[in-house]
Amino acid sequence: MINIISYLLLIIGSFCALTGSLGLLRLPDVYNRLHASTVIVVGGTVSLILGAGLLNGADSYLVKSLIIVFFIFITVPAASHAISRAAHLRGVKLSNESVVDKLEERERTLSEL
Amino acid sequence: MLLLVILVIFIAAAGCIIRAILGPTSSDRVVAVDSLSSLMIAALVILGVHYEAVIFLDVALIYALLAFIGTLAISKYLEGKDVGM
Repeated sequence: MINIISYLLLIIGSFCALTGSLGLLRLPDVYNRLHASTVIVVGGTVSLILGAGLLNGADSYLVKSLIIVFFIFITVPAASHAISRAAHLRGVKLSNESVVDKLEERERTLSEL
Repeated sequence: MLLLVILVIFIAAAGCIIRAILGPTSSDRVVAVDSLSSLMIAALVILGVHYEAVIFLDVALIYALLAFIGTLAISKYLEGKDVGM
């Protein structure tokens, strides 16, 4: 039963890693590519680590996998936020299909006050 | 099975490397290298389970920490401010 769950997690993780890599290649913009990067990390890496930790019967693998997953869940949103904020402050343009930019609106409103 | 998953991870990593080479702005490269390092963490954990060596998981934990610190430092540098270290 646990083997079936871990193989399912490994398959889901491989699919999400491939999909995120394809999105990283195809999407038009830094901010859209951050979405693909999040798919790779949360869908791919976390599922793969949990699946690999469940596959082995020993406890130490599972505990260390859970520690790594906890650490990833803490750090990855902070890193993505820092990257997107740095890109926006650096002046990286949005793609042509993007329709809303709340941060720029807020800065314009603050500068008009 | 595990080596097949490793192969899939390396195919996905090839896409990240292509984006890191092509990327028009430096933020694209930072995003690509960040996701590449997370894929390598997953590869380290799976290799550790395959070879039954627990030390690979410790290496993966330290690598996750260092990749996070590196990403934060590079993005603070790209903002044009003091890195604060």
